[in-house]
Amino acid sequence: MKGKSLISINDYSKDEMLRILDIAEGFEKQPRQPILSDKVVSTLFFEPSTRTRLSFESAANHLGARVIGFTDAASSSTKKGESLKDTILTVACYSDIIIMRHPLAGSARWASEVSSVPVINAGDGANQHPTQCLLDLYSIRKTQGKLDKLNIAFVGDLKYGRTVHSLTIAMCNFDTTFHLISPDELKLPSYVKQHIKDKSLEYHQYRTIEEAIDKVDILYMTRVQRERFADPIEYESVKNSYILTKNQLKGCKENLKVLHPLPRVNEISENVDNTPQAYYFQQAQNGVYVRQALLATILGATK
Amino acid sequence: MSKKELNVSALQNGTVIDHIAQGQVERVLYILNLSNYDDQIYLGANLDSKKYGKKGIIKVANKFFEPEEINKIALVSPTASIIEIRNYEVAKKENVQITDEIKGFVKCVNPNCITNHENVPTWFDVTNKKEIVLKCRYCEKNTTKTNIEFI
Repeated sequence: MKGKSLISINDYSKDEMLRILDIAEGFEKQPRQPILSDKVVSTLFFEPSTRTRLSFESAANHLGARVIGFTDAASSSTKKGESLKDTILTVACYSDIIIMRHPLAGSARWASEVSSVPVINAGDGANQHPTQCLLDLYSIRKTQGKLDKLNIAFVGDLKYGRTVHSLTIAMCNFDTTFHLISPDELKLPSYVKQHIKDKSLEYHQYRTIEEAIDKVDILYMTRVQRERFADPIEYESVKNSYILTKNQLKGCKENLKVLHPLPRVNEISENVDNTPQAYYFQQAQNGVYVRQALLATILGATK
Repeated sequence: MSKKELNVSALQNGTVIDHIAQGQVERVLYILNLSNYDDQIYLGANLDSKKYGKKGIIKVANKFFEPEEINKIALVSPTASIIEIRNYEVAKKENVQITDEIKGFVKCVNPNCITNHENVPTWFDVTNKKEIVLKCRYCEKNTTKTNIEFI
């Protein structure tokens, strides 16, 4: 994995994913290790994503690396009309690794083809966000003690949510039973379901959280957005079904954890935050360890 | 009254593209960039075919194609066969074949794909040769037979 870009979760085999999770555990035990003090990391955010950028920058800083970059395209020469290729070729001269976020799908793959240094994709349009997927896997393994034979529920917008698609595909490596909870308009796309079918895994579809709450180990929440509905009346009629409240957790399994890629708007009530099931902020914390593991591995600083 | 017939002479040298799927003759001309070709081209469309019902045919005088060029037409007409004529004789006869990768001449269907915004040559893996499914190496979306467009 040394020197290799990470663009899509499909770039990593099951063993490679597990290896990153193992290395991340080491960073959780000992987060401050100045093993990249001779490295420069650039964070190129062609669209703003404060959370992801800060998580990467925190990871780089914990490892002693220097961070350069920009936080949105307006402050880069993209605004002057520079091509992505030229930006990448230039920045590759200034840094040892490039972390990039871009609004267009496929931009990160293109960048990795022209760059002389490895590229980590921090989100390319609606396509991929592989570090989110790895931190989700880390959070699942940490809270459940395993990745195999789990019951995972995805709730909300399963049609457009790239985190749901990537995590579903990744979890197909682990004998998972999927519980898909969404309005009819926002069901999981058939190409993602095909991955579940190809592995002969079980999946169930529901319209409400109540139908599945007593069966699952992980409840992965996403936001149902008004603009996804052609008919606003339809949105009004379903929106409250996908807001998680403390009451709905009654009767859940003891080991259940609630995950969310954040930012949350209103899809998880604040009264859930203090329950033993809430895990979304620790999940964000895990993102730093996983990104430390990726930076250290790709830059060849792990043993 | 005698029946008038158009006399299409046999090619001395050149290529015959036979068994073109119905309705695809124009697209094949476009894909092979023959609209500006200045030697003789004979076209036939909706001809009777024992095998396929109706077919199209294109005869191009004094022109031979590289395999990677000719295989492009497999995407719109997988049944097509290519016959090379040299000195009035059939020198070679082959069916077109869909390659494992398609580079540069098919447009990605995803409007948000980088290949539709910057100067990036398209690049697809053919994930299903029968149904013609092309997976974009960049945005990972599928372009299929029904929405295929050529650059």
